[in-house]
Amino acid sequence: MEGNFILTKLDQIISWGRKYSLFQYPFITACCGMEYMGAVCSHFDLDRFGAGWTRFSPRQADMLLVVGTISQKEAPILRTVYEQMVEPKWVIAFGTCAVSGGIYDNYAVVQGIDRIIPVDVYIPGCPPRPETVLNALIKLQEKIKTQGQEWRWKRRKS
Amino acid sequence: MEKKKILKELEQQFAEKIRGTSSDFGDDTLIIDRESLLEVVQFLKQKPYEYSMLLDLTCVDHLGQEPRFEMVYHFLSLSAKHRLRIKVPLSEKNLSIETLTSIWKNANWLEREVYDMFGVRFYGHPDLRRLFMYDGFEGFPLRKDYPLRKRQPRIRLRK
Repeated sequence: MEGNFILTKLDQIISWGRKYSLFQYPFITACCGMEYMGAVCSHFDLDRFGAGWTRFSPRQADMLLVVGTISQKEAPILRTVYEQMVEPKWVIAFGTCAVSGGIYDNYAVVQGIDRIIPVDVYIPGCPPRPETVLNALIKLQEKIKTQGQEWRWKRRKS
Repeated sequence: MEKKKILKELEQQFAEKIRGTSSDFGDDTLIIDRESLLEVVQFLKQKPYEYSMLLDLTCVDHLGQEPRFEMVYHFLSLSAKHRLRIKVPLSEKNLSIETLTSIWKNANWLEREVYDMFGVRFYGHPDLRRLFMYDGFEGFPLRKDYPLRKRQPRIRLRK
């Protein structure tokens, strides 16, 4: 046959495209935000992995980065932001506070954002090193690459 | 340690209203009754003392003691470059005190915080609502008898 073409499965090519075009929405509430800035800006450069473009509307984003402590007062706001995002969407819990509440085992703090919204990748550390953030992003890309496109819809219905 | 001059003068001025004084570690402290709070702070705000700055206002819960609560006020005199602490014991049965909002505007939010965390009522406060915790939160979380692991989520949590 003439010309150049590739053969692939639709699932695979969509996943491949998605994993390199993650639009992130940073939900930053605490000191981990400093580390987030370090990870995103030119020294560590999240843009190398296609996730450098920050969207400041959840409707345009597909990766929610929850960076910092989430208090009980804030919980409905975070869930609203998550619900405003369009499928497909992924969530990263950034830092110990977002993962488990961290040292704030008290009346005011949600003990991990997975009590509010489903989480795909957890980044431990108080705060995490930028390398850990990059590693988490690669892990998320692997997940996007290997998962089918329908499983999320199935899970949501059940 | 020699007691500061200011405390001696105040002891003479308000002899029967003062419960006690101390100057431990250089912190001059005055313990007074609830009823005489406004009178004393207004006196201190004027010349010659000019404790014109309300640095902080908070509360302490001495659970198991009587009186259980203790209001703590920190003042700064800009002219004398001196700090003064005023303590007011409060019993749990009548947990209320006069507001300082008419004298210091910043007392507004400080008193709202104390109300939020300890449940102290402030007479004459213009807007005594919770400051940090949300509407519908029950109890006062910084009291020593608030359950350590008690959670009051605003939304239904997963799992």
